[in-house]
Amino acid sequence: MSTSTPRTMFEKVWQQHVVTEPAGEPTILYIDLQLVHEVTSPQAFEGLRLSGRPLRHPERHVATVDHNVPTTSIADRLVITDQIANAQVSALRKNCADFGVELFDVQDTDQGIVHMIGPELGLTKPGMTIVCGDSHTSTHGAFGALAFGIGTSEVEHVMATQTLPQSRAKSFLIQVEGGPNGALPAGVTAKDIILDIIGRIGTDGATGYVIEYAGSAIRALSMEGRMTICNMSIEAGARAGMIAPDETTFAYLKDRRYAPKGAAWDEAVAHWRSLATDPGATYDRELHIDATTLAPSVTWGTSPGMVTSIDASVPTLDQARSESDQKSFTRAYEYMGLQPGTPMQQIKVDAVFVGSCTNGRIEDLRIAARVVNGYHVATTVRAMVVPGSQAVKRQAEAEGLDRIFKSAGFEWREPGCSMCLAMNPDILSPGERCASTSNRNFEGRQGRGGRTHLLSPAMAAAAAITGHFTDVRTWRFKA
Amino acid sequence: MQPIKILTSTAAPLPLPNIDTDQIIPKQFLKRIERTGYQDFLFYDWRRIQEGPDAGKPDPAFVLNKPEYTGSQILIAERNFGCGSSREHAAWAIAQYGFRAVIAPSFADIFFSNAGKNGIILAALSEAEVQTLIARSTANPQHRISIDLEAQTVRDDQGFLAHFPIDPFRKHCLLNGLDDIGLTLLHEDKLNAYESQRQSAFWLDPKPLNAASPTSTLPPGV
Repeated sequence: MSTSTPRTMFEKVWQQHVVTEPAGEPTILYIDLQLVHEVTSPQAFEGLRLSGRPLRHPERHVATVDHNVPTTSIADRLVITDQIANAQVSALRKNCADFGVELFDVQDTDQGIVHMIGPELGLTKPGMTIVCGDSHTSTHGAFGALAFGIGTSEVEHVMATQTLPQSRAKSFLIQVEGGPNGALPAGVTAKDIILDIIGRIGTDGATGYVIEYAGSAIRALSMEGRMTICNMSIEAGARAGMIAPDETTFAYLKDRRYAPKGAAWDEAVAHWRSLATDPGATYDRELHIDATTLAPSVTWGTSPGMVTSIDASVPTLDQARSESDQKSFTRAYEYMGLQPGTPMQQIKVDAVFVGSCTNGRIEDLRIAARVVNGYHVATTVRAMVVPGSQAVKRQAEAEGLDRIFKSAGFEWREPGCSMCLAMNPDILSPGERCASTSNRNFEGRQGRGGRTHLLSPAMAAAAAITGHFTDVRTWRFKA
Repeated sequence: MQPIKILTSTAAPLPLPNIDTDQIIPKQFLKRIERTGYQDFLFYDWRRIQEGPDAGKPDPAFVLNKPEYTGSQILIAERNFGCGSSREHAAWAIAQYGFRAVIAPSFADIFFSNAGKNGIILAALSEAEVQTLIARSTANPQHRISIDLEAQTVRDDQGFLAHFPIDPFRKHCLLNGLDDIGLTLLHEDKLNAYESQRQSAFWLDPKPLNAASPTSTLPPGV
């Protein structure tokens, strides 16, 4: 391979991980890290036992419990009353002990949503290949890793071989330009950017591609914001989303538990710097977005692509792009209990959820707390904050954010996936409408009959206070 | 995995785009630790009446509850079938219910891979071709469709003929019912060689050796 051919970041990471390219078969790609959780791993461990295969590299596997653990109290987590959920958590404990995999259990000070703890512990690093039996593995691409979700058969494949047969995806550059120094308009966040992108290209708009996000608006984002963007790449159908590592990335990683230290750190940074896309490299597809024109986004329907801005209305049927979309719109109006043409700000909410691997990080909690500070949750609303990890919870409590939320009437919970997918007891009742900082508004996602609207943490916080969707750009901050 | 060459069956039409894996199998069934027994949970909510006095009873309007589609081994849907969550339970539920193939204009990436591991043929046809098949299977539930994996064709007895693409390796595995892990391990010498030449690249290790001392304090900013 000539080094003079300009390459994209994705090509560089891909090529470094090619084990072999057997004729007539997919490439066998080396996987540096597999993250494991209780829901998609039991059948994979069982597969290893049945075939008598060892787990090839336990040190390249890290596990935690997140999807179905209760978030109400520490006591509820230590004794999970849902017997089926408890059996699944117990199975993970036994499997990790049997196969030598490090496990961050419920009582561990580093437990958290799998996509939170990888970066927090410094396990996630630029240039790595990372997989997990969870579609939001794309989150780790914020560090310049190639990270993607896989099914349980593939989880077993990685356990047995530390590789995956893969065909190479196409490359898709999404260039997001902000104002001076990449600034976003007031009230517009990373969540609004990614919702806008999904609205433009559709939930299958990036199928078959790895997206690279670039441009001044992306460069100006914190790691938290970059993770929010990469997290939802899967909602546009992408195999993965990536952002080139830079000083922001290195500052985040330095001194984390599993980051290299001393001279090794400098050597690692030198390698990571070489990952950025070479000048002159070409992509299979490009999209350019002017972020200075964006407004806060809210979804109105049952797919993340059914999104509009807070100052707009529920779209009418004639705004659907195809006959097939019209059918989806009609079904979504009925499921969501909404009339086309209703201004978004007139829609009342019953529940507010701040959390998830999309928006459960410290920056998300800070901005939500800033909106909430000095106000009280509307009497018709139940609102909860579920920090994404123990580390985020500790940090938020050190900053006093928990007190702001609690005195405003929010519940302050233990870390986990919680109401993002409602596998644990945090669930909507039929017909309940939720302003949620999570990633999917599918039918029944947060509970059968539940109605989910996706939005940013600031917008969710504002809706909790007023009881309806509210334009955070006009918010009167009290502190 | 059971080898498959030709599949001839009636087909159940589900004419909606973006059918996500949360609909194919709702989350409450993801708590099980078994790999089998998912057939009863396929489209669990869509199969049931959601509101009113009959809530929870089978919804006679849903295609899988119509006796005339009993035994169909082919599902037909619109674009972006299987989007959303990576749960392989969706593929398990479809296969264990008795479907061996899904026809749609397009499929989501992770579902596509999961289906392959479970011996499900995914035949991507054009929007127009899919609409033709949906119309025929809706008008006549006894309408039979034949999928020939070797020839990569979908046919019926009214002259319908369409070709679908499939990666040659995936086709080979489906035709022969092959186990992926075994196939990869045939290349173990290459894997060992790769791992030895990669040993010095510690910056790609999740836990570099010199980083093993756990710090008791978190870095600022979390």
